[in-house]
Amino acid sequence: MKNIFVFIRRYFNFLFFLVLQIVSIVFLIKYNETYHAAYAGATNEVTGAINEQYNKVQNYFHLKENNRLLLEENTRLKNLLRINFENADSARVVALDSLIRDTLGHQRKYLYLPAKVINNTVSQQMNYLTLHRGANQGVKKDMAVVSPQGIVGTVIDLSENYSRVMSLLHRNSKVSSMLKKSKVIGSVEWDGKDPHYITLRNIPKSTPVAKGDSVVTSTYSANYPPDLMVGTVDEISKDPGSNFFIIRLKTAANFYSLEYVNLIENVQWDEQRRLEAAPVKNQ
Amino acid sequence: MSLLVKNIIRFILFILVQVYVLSQIPPLHQFISPYLYFLFILWLPFNISRFGLLLVSFILGITLDYFLGTPGLHAAPCVLIGYLRPFLINILISQEGAELNYAEPSIKSMGFAPYSLYVLVFTFIHHFYLVLIEWLEFGNFLYFLGKVMATTGISLLLIFIAEMLFFRKQKFRTNTA
Repeated sequence: MKNIFVFIRRYFNFLFFLVLQIVSIVFLIKYNETYHAAYAGATNEVTGAINEQYNKVQNYFHLKENNRLLLEENTRLKNLLRINFENADSARVVALDSLIRDTLGHQRKYLYLPAKVINNTVSQQMNYLTLHRGANQGVKKDMAVVSPQGIVGTVIDLSENYSRVMSLLHRNSKVSSMLKKSKVIGSVEWDGKDPHYITLRNIPKSTPVAKGDSVVTSTYSANYPPDLMVGTVDEISKDPGSNFFIIRLKTAANFYSLEYVNLIENVQWDEQRRLEAAPVKNQ
Repeated sequence: MSLLVKNIIRFILFILVQVYVLSQIPPLHQFISPYLYFLFILWLPFNISRFGLLLVSFILGITLDYFLGTPGLHAAPCVLIGYLRPFLINILISQEGAELNYAEPSIKSMGFAPYSLYVLVFTFIHHFYLVLIEWLEFGNFLYFLGKVMATTGISLLLIFIAEMLFFRKQKFRTNTA
């Protein structure tokens, strides 16, 4: 027994070193499995508060760009208004083809919440955003995040007032997307090289693709509503080892100047997930 | 200013510079990501206990990790260089017993060549271990080699600039004082 204590005393520093190494690695491994950082709730509040102070200054420099983006988005939305579409009245029956308001809340699938970006990196291999909106303000895990120009990422961690978003520019992010023209579905990943470009995979070589084609979120990506801009085709190369293209996309969202984003919740996703998680009875 | 206060201020400054300046810089290339924060560990005083050194290194790494959202990724290399620091200092320090006469490692206290070697070795070890962990996650050997070399180079450049900008005046202390 005495020898054990002598041993511990003698090699105390080395043992302490090993303990700290193991703690670090365990944090990292646990995080990579679940995307939930140890003690994230408490630390998010602190880092979020500091980020917010920094952001107050930084925000100022992007005002002009933000105004332009808002204007563009408003113009786009206004162009969609029904009031803008009119042709000579030839109809005999008046049909209601869209609900203005879903009074009972039964049909709503996607719910949008605005949020301010208070921290954002693009230079790491794993990039994150911090939003100043947390669990108390209705954010939930796995909510989609979109900027006015295109999709940005997915919520992975929450505290009361802040939330952390896994950016599209993250080595582990994967978004189901499709070519807007042909509706062929593939998946979008980031190779960690250039924050301006992402990669679209699993598009069969038989699909007609041209440079400049739009790529949008697919109907299968449960947390993103379909038809949100992901990017535009920049370069098409054939993967010699398989039957698929490797398509380089230019991101639609400008990750360098994200200021305000929308969080999107799929209200009906729970039901879908429950059904999909249930074991198949008939096999 | 006492050594403790000085180091606390330094800690905060290094973290802020790393998080809000260096990590915000748009990357020139996939391989290049500027790191400077670990210079804090290299600048810690000679007479800090080995236990304290390990603990401070761990706290520095984990603080940066929580800001960047990667718990453990930077803490592990920081603890490693914190553990190895006393060994290398013992090897590099000249015979006169500079660790008694000066407060902390610097060009003046160690001499230009030993101090450069000290910085070079720890910059390399830090990046080697950091990129090794990243590499085990993503896997690509060329990425590993290139990134270790490029980030080490950039870090050395940054450290050189930091040493020039913030020249640390070191008082010569005698045993009698």
